[in-house]
Amino acid sequence: MIVGLPIAALTWSARGDGLPAFWQTVSSAEAVSAIKLSLAMAALAAFTNAVLGTVTAWVLVRDDFAGKSAINAILDLPFALPTIVVGLVLLALYGIQTPLHVEAGSVHFTANVAFTRWAIYLALLFVTLPFVTRTVQPVLHELDREMEEAAASLGAGDLAVFRRIVFPNILPGILSGLTMAFARAVGEVGSVVLITGNLPFKTELASVFVLQRANSDPHGAAAVSVVLLAISFTVLLVIGALRRFATRHGNA
Amino acid sequence: MRRYSLRGIVLGYLLIILAGPLLMMLWRTAQDLGGAWAAISAHDTLRAFELTLIVTAIAVPLNTAFGVACALVVVRSNIRGKGLINAFVDLPLALSPVVVGLSLVLLYGAGGWLGFLGDHGVQVLFAWPAIILATVFVSLPFVAREVVPTLREVGDEQEQAARTLGASGWQTFWRVTLPTIRWAVIYGVILTTARCFGEFGAVAIVSGNIEGKTQTATLRVDDAYQFAYGHYAGAYGISLVLAVMSIVVLFTMMLARPKEGTL
Repeated sequence: MIVGLPIAALTWSARGDGLPAFWQTVSSAEAVSAIKLSLAMAALAAFTNAVLGTVTAWVLVRDDFAGKSAINAILDLPFALPTIVVGLVLLALYGIQTPLHVEAGSVHFTANVAFTRWAIYLALLFVTLPFVTRTVQPVLHELDREMEEAAASLGAGDLAVFRRIVFPNILPGILSGLTMAFARAVGEVGSVVLITGNLPFKTELASVFVLQRANSDPHGAAAVSVVLLAISFTVLLVIGALRRFATRHGNA
Repeated sequence: MRRYSLRGIVLGYLLIILAGPLLMMLWRTAQDLGGAWAAISAHDTLRAFELTLIVTAIAVPLNTAFGVACALVVVRSNIRGKGLINAFVDLPLALSPVVVGLSLVLLYGAGGWLGFLGDHGVQVLFAWPAIILATVFVSLPFVAREVVPTLREVGDEQEQAARTLGASGWQTFWRVTLPTIRWAVIYGVILTTARCFGEFGAVAIVSGNIEGKTQTATLRVDDAYQFAYGHYAGAYGISLVLAVMSIVVLFTMMLARPKEGTL
């Protein structure tokens, strides 16, 4: 009732003007560019955090240093912080008033990334930060150290142990975290709405496209929304498949 | 050596993405405390926080009851369409909040299937019912997702035992099931709360953003920034209040977590 009915209404409304009209909106240059940008930036951010999130999980499980539990705690902050606050937080350091600004002779450097694609990347990195770490951490924790020790005693180097033993075990975790992060990044609104400037063809994302048109051009917004909806369903299918695969291979 | 470089990478990355910007916002607010305080204590800001708290107070109990019921159906019962329920519960996690907002506009707006409600004087859109519907939608999955794995793990032997000893369905639920899953429920409630008061995209579309009436705290931050004209302390100040709220949520979460293992 709460979920199904609105979604049905959305899909119905998108095709209300007939399929050609739907197709025309979705294939308009601005919509295509926004959807493409959303997909590309989300993939980039999700992939970056898949790599660095795995490293983070490794450090949190295997390394030990003062303040580790504090790091573990603040890692959840992107889940708890309102997204609009994330946008402002990033603007404080990477906005127009940035203190990271060097102008010395021929050297020009500024961390002011507002209204550029770097800003989108930063915001998406922030909001998807914990996903992969949180899916990999428990698997890494449960992982039997003896396997690694056996491999090491048989002469495998650190890298070989990681590649042959650790990595295959945590891969399902990495992939499901990455997929969740991707879904979150494609749909992200609050953190990007202020920092991107929403410049068509340059920094306009599909989600902000929908936000801007929701009340003025609901049918146009609905067309792009249906594309976002399809992406969400695909992501859920992929995650379901990953989960079944992991369960079948005994390391859920 | 490798161990130190990995640690360095992680700490450096978290500093650039997470800690650095947060500290900078604190610093910016501290530079103009007067401006920040004026924005926080403004009448419309207080009304916005009030609305956010009311909406959260309504949405959290609803989604807690629904989440527990839903988890019970998914894990314990064998009805048809279980997989479908499971998929629908997960949907809000993977769906953009703007899609949620737009769906509500199309459903309750003029010409929508439930648009007739407006003709009969029941104002849904641009009023609190729509804000609550949007918030309930986006925070739907959290309790169910925490409870489902716990229910699976503990099995149903205790519940069966209770039933053979003559306990009714309700008694079994209150005396056996609920105490077993309580930490999962608490954890889910905390996550739901954080999601409710932080919601932006869906609420931005359905609320109409009328100052002092349908403007929530997050929308207030957006407005304060957009109309700051170079004086960002107000927006930073209100953000800081929201940030403190989420840090409180985070701490509660940490307190709830260690007990998870003991069930």
